[in-house]
Amino acid sequence: MQQLISLLVENKPGALMRVAGVLTSRGYNIESLTVAKTVDPTLSIMTIVAEVGDDGRDLLIKQISRLVNVIKAVDLTDSRAVRRELVLIKIYVEEERRPALLTEAEIFRARVVDASPKAYTIEATGSPDKLNALIALLRSYGPIEMVRSGAMAMARAKQNKLPVPSYTEAALSEG
Amino acid sequence: MAMLSGAQILIESLVREGAEAVFGYPGGVTLPIYDVLYSHPLRHVLVRHEQNAAFAAQGYARATGKAGVCMATSGPGATNLTTGLVDALMDSIPVVAVTGQVPQALIGRDAFQEADTFGISRSATKHNYLVKDISELSQTVHEAFHIAVSGRPGPVLVDITKDVLLSNGDYSDEQAMAPLRGYRLADEPDTDAIERAVEFLWRAERPYIYAGGGVISSSASAELVRFSELLEAPLAHTVMGLGAMPTEHPNFISMLGMHGSYAANMGVTECDALIGLGVRFDDRVTGRLDKFAPGAKVLHVDIDPAEINKNRRADLGVVGDAKPVLRAINERLAETRATLGRERREARLAWMEHVRAMKRDHPYVYEESTEEIKPQALMRKLDQISGGEAIVTVDVGQHQMWAAQHLRFNHPRLWQSSSGLGSMGFGLPAAMGAKFACPDKTVIAIVGDGGFMMSLPELGTIAANRLPVKIIVMNNNTLGMVRQWQQLFYGKRYSEVDVASFPDASLLAAAFGIAGGSVADPADLDEALAHAFDEPGPYLLNVQVTPEECVYPMVPAGGAVSEMILRPEPEAAEAVAGD
Repeated sequence: MQQLISLLVENKPGALMRVAGVLTSRGYNIESLTVAKTVDPTLSIMTIVAEVGDDGRDLLIKQISRLVNVIKAVDLTDSRAVRRELVLIKIYVEEERRPALLTEAEIFRARVVDASPKAYTIEATGSPDKLNALIALLRSYGPIEMVRSGAMAMARAKQNKLPVPSYTEAALSEG
Repeated sequence: MAMLSGAQILIESLVREGAEAVFGYPGGVTLPIYDVLYSHPLRHVLVRHEQNAAFAAQGYARATGKAGVCMATSGPGATNLTTGLVDALMDSIPVVAVTGQVPQALIGRDAFQEADTFGISRSATKHNYLVKDISELSQTVHEAFHIAVSGRPGPVLVDITKDVLLSNGDYSDEQAMAPLRGYRLADEPDTDAIERAVEFLWRAERPYIYAGGGVISSSASAELVRFSELLEAPLAHTVMGLGAMPTEHPNFISMLGMHGSYAANMGVTECDALIGLGVRFDDRVTGRLDKFAPGAKVLHVDIDPAEINKNRRADLGVVGDAKPVLRAINERLAETRATLGRERREARLAWMEHVRAMKRDHPYVYEESTEEIKPQALMRKLDQISGGEAIVTVDVGQHQMWAAQHLRFNHPRLWQSSSGLGSMGFGLPAAMGAKFACPDKTVIAIVGDGGFMMSLPELGTIAANRLPVKIIVMNNNTLGMVRQWQQLFYGKRYSEVDVASFPDASLLAAAFGIAGGSVADPADLDEALAHAFDEPGPYLLNVQVTPEECVYPMVPAGGAVSEMILRPEPEAAEAVAGD
């Protein structure tokens, strides 16, 4: 099944290669991978979605954890983590169908970020399911091109527990 | 400190880390390093192939517990190191590899002798570096040593661009090392976990200890022996663990696994509590996993959390360094001895007696011969010579298993075997590293005729350094272990295992300027060995042994360890062929 992994890593050359290597050496396909700096610019957070067999999940987290550059690795697959993805869609649509398209896009809180005589470029964020629904809808209007960011995930804060030793680590774990 | 060149900073850092010898081979981009070495007291050992530099560094590390250092140039030099690094990774041996890289301005332009060493070594090392800034050089080298020897040891590679080696900068010592935020070392043993372990141990009626290389890395032999004595439990070693408990200790059973003894494998099958110490439940040990220690609860102690539950689910996992964990457990065992009631104590003594009886009744057996030298007989002779005190390095294959079965080891760090990766060509260069580390010890390289030919060029290194290593080639004119599988599982269709046309050993040795000889008649073996070991310098002895001999017991791949083939039987051919 698809495993959602969140990693806090040192922002150093080779960190991405090492993490990806643990997955690829086992023949796991990486569905998506996002990485960017945290509040502390020497650290990055990676979100990975990969197809991993059920019995390999714990081992994978432990083997990623033991990499020297990895500060923390968390399996968010079964957690209540907030999961979001961004998509940019260029849609080639005839002029007469544009108003209907805009109305429907509004339902998904998608917005037009570029327009030309032949095409709109639409931006939307949301859960992967929501984006899939939006994409399916837009395809009924005409040919599309798209770029997806892949999933980003953040663990939810525990309700009655506030200040945390490190904001970046807290992003990975609930409470 | 005055400004130093990158090459000088590198050597200064190695010296500060206590490096006594560097096993290496020069090349274009490492010229600046070799120019510094030209007039530096740090000893450099010029090997004849970079793979052997990595193996020799391992030989040094396995003998001492300190990091072994190897060095190679960019491109082919670095790629040649790779097998030795993966080998060190599999067996958790601390090695620091230094490689030169083409100048930064040329990286990515397919320069002469350019290879992506950083990328290639990613999966071959515990950690690796590409140094592009001289201000990071000394810290990186110190960090590399720290990572190589601490926690679960392993190889670390430092790739340095030539422009860094040539530029000037300052040396800063290991005190200035930035904290490694993602590198966590095992904490002191958790007292709760220790209490649970002690409870677990007293509850058992048939406890059985299975101890491996982690005990040796941790220098926990004394603690291991005391643990086994307090628990009054039999103990089996993995190939990696041999020597952690002296072979002649009454609680020691033997090696377990694919070619382990009957008693060792039946002990693990019948026990009700299996205590794995510094082991990884490797497939060559467990055989068919669901039939391995089928009735036992498992206590697994390992320094690497990723090992717990990896292959066999542990009923109790303790993450920690074997030495402090065993020390804490031993202390509590001694204090709580009364917990063990009389009844369970008697059950335990009966169990211990039962396993010892199996050991007595099922020793490693072979048919003796006056016509041919039996490989097992050769191992017994070598054992008499060693008396459990020599450093013995082996290659991979039949001779490795016979040596593991028949040689005694009174101490840890005497036995060196490429156990996880199983690299042929390991034994001879490892012996060189061991001899540099321990010049006063007898060092015997027991190798097969196949693996010996892979490490042949190192006779040059041995000759040049007058290294008094005794090389014993167990020569059956075949790639014996592959042939054994073809014999047992592939209907004797011997495909590409005939490596006859072995050179005349005395001529070969003489060509390198060292002493050597051959022996084929069992009546001459004692004298040939005496001659080899009396010779003050290196000696190459080619021992012709029975060609069609198989290693027994044998657990067929994928079989349960209790279903060993104990001796040659025609039915064996029916067994399943596997990996």
